[in-house]
Amino acid sequence: MKTFKFPRITFWGVVATTLIVLGVGAAIARFTLGLGATTNLSDEFPWGLWIGFDFLGIGLAAAGFTIVAAVHLFHAKDYEPIVRPAILTAFIGYLLVVLVLVIDLGRPDHFWHPLVMWNPHSVMFEITWCVILYTTVLSAEFAPIVLEKFNLHTPIKWIHSVSLPLMILGVLLSTLHQSSFGSLYLIVPNRLNPLWYTPLLPILFFISCIASGVSMVILETLILSRKGRTLLPPELRANLAKITAVALAVYLVVRFQDMFTRGTVAELKHLTYHSLAFWFEIIVGFVVPLVLLLSNRIRHSRRGLYVTTIMVLAGFAANRMNVAVTGLEKYPTHTYFPSLLEVLIMTGIAAIGFTAFTLIARYLPIFPDVAPPEPDQHPFSSLSPAIEGD
Amino acid sequence: MGQKKALLIDISLCVGCNACQAACKAENHLPEGDEKTLSLSAFTALSEHDGLFVRAMCQHCDIPTCVSACPVAALEKRADGPVLYSADKCIGCRYCMQACPFHIPRYEWKSTRPGIKKCILCAPRLEKGLPTACSEACPTGATKFGDRNELLIEATNRITADSGKYVPKIYGKNDVGGTSVLYISPVPFEKLGFDTRLGQEPMPILTMNALSKVPNVVGVGSVMLAGIWWITNRREDVAREEGSNKQDSNHKNRG
Ligand code: SF4
Ligand code: SF4
Ligand code: SF4
Repeated sequence: MKTFKFPRITFWGVVATTLIVLGVGAAIARFTLGLGATTNLSDEFPWGLWIGFDFLGIGLAAAGFTIVAAVHLFHAKDYEPIVRPAILTAFIGYLLVVLVLVIDLGRPDHFWHPLVMWNPHSVMFEITWCVILYTTVLSAEFAPIVLEKFNLHTPIKWIHSVSLPLMILGVLLSTLHQSSFGSLYLIVPNRLNPLWYTPLLPILFFISCIASGVSMVILETLILSRKGRTLLPPELRANLAKITAVALAVYLVVRFQDMFTRGTVAELKHLTYHSLAFWFEIIVGFVVPLVLLLSNRIRHSRRGLYVTTIMVLAGFAANRMNVAVTGLEKYPTHTYFPSLLEVLIMTGIAAIGFTAFTLIARYLPIFPDVAPPEPDQHPFSSLSPAIEGD
Repeated sequence: MGQKKALLIDISLCVGCNACQAACKAENHLPEGDEKTLSLSAFTALSEHDGLFVRAMCQHCDIPTCVSACPVAALEKRADGPVLYSADKCIGCRYCMQACPFHIPRYEWKSTRPGIKKCILCAPRLEKGLPTACSEACPTGATKFGDRNELLIEATNRITADSGKYVPKIYGKNDVGGTSVLYISPVPFEKLGFDTRLGQEPMPILTMNALSKVPNVVGVGSVMLAGIWWITNRREDVAREEGSNKQDSNHKNRG
């Protein structure tokens, strides 16, 4: 079909390649020298940057389940064109997180233990199973795209026949997974700063991942609609922005109501290291984008959406980092700052993600106008059970 | 394995001689040395607070946070007291370190096949009917080994016998649901660096509350999602019917 072309040397190509090479080098160092020699992790901070990255990756992958749910379960068919990019984002996101987890584990050779050694009381156990199962579901959701490319229709039919339970399972697993990251910290009420500790952590994690997941979808459609093609009509994009705004508003109400009822707002009286981190997160990531998104003009302006979605994602990242690192720090005595190698491994893996997305989007039928699939009746559907009945 | 064993540490009796640490190091084949904080080579350590000495060590909680946190059950609470670790199971996620309310487990960061290290309440000695090495070495009886029930009675007796000598609290009796290391002290525990705000509820309850909702989320969630699919799908059918009747081609349906 296509003749193989050497990839053009682009600026981003060079950047990505450099980051990946550095990342691989850093990973080799981590495996040969051990965690102590290569990271700033310590008995005081057994978790660091990488856990934050996992939270982030999974949070962005929330795009996958929100869009699949909207289109295939709630039948919001207009959003069909973005189902595949969303599934691809989630799939890559999860694979990267698995990669980071394995690098982060002290005994990567034991990574399979949770499969056979169970402790259902452990949140970490729940998380492990969510990762495993949801990655499986995502590969089943992604498989038809690959199979389609190679004209293998029989297996697609098989997957279609189980697609409804599969999608429901996917949505449930993501819900559990997103919230369980919050549950992880329920067990450290004595250590996590009260500005972040609350019994509602799992719920807050869930609400905020919807805001960030949908923002991620908007951002993707903005970036990918650039070259003369529109992935999603501006009207629909504006609707997505509304969903983000609602999620942000709900989040703010739940978070502040909880802080008032439990009296933790008192922590905000003084300007401290922690309260500054709190305000940055809330203002940049939640309040300002919410206010901006209330404006109809901004919801319809590309630049407006660029700015707001990036703010939401930055605020989301800040929130997760605050829970994972800042909130556990006792400034200035106990602090953590990642080592260069930790950063290099993270940027390397992020670069792998971007490269994978670009390459897959180029060679597989992800976008409606990139590689027109067979003159099938439903060219853009990945796995809609409704299709069968049509 | 019989009765649940425990240690009673009487802070008023401790003279800071460090015999416990030395005995522990010998017993567990750890490098010698006078260490002031817990480490890979010190499962117990003394810290000084205005002339009083406090022994840090794993508290061998009755309902241990670390045990509940570990995804692969590499940590286990034995009926006779000790909370034990098996490196063969451990995946190195370090959630136990994050979760332990007393900040006890130490990690072999330098190793390429690391595991955690902490006091084992001399489990092998307990099996032989011996007391822990540290309690045996203690010259003043500040660390006393015995059945947990009996030690609790003894602690209460010591506190009531000489009113004013001790603060009326046995740290570890109920804290985080009770532990196998009990402390009595002549001064309020906060002043000695103890965390007295941990509460009496075992920490694992906090995460179990959340985990117990998982079956509900799965049950209710799947029915609800299937229902939504069914309803919106049905609406689409209706819309299509109407569309074909009225030739209304613009009929759109949004969930
Ligand atoms: S003190 Fe910490 S390590 Fe020891 S049993 Fe309790 S939770 Fe586990
Ligand atoms: S580090 Fe090992 S012992 Fe600790 S929770 Fe993880 S798997 Fe369990
Ligand atoms: S009980 Fe045994 S392992 Fe624990 S501190 Fe005492 S001597 Fe060391």
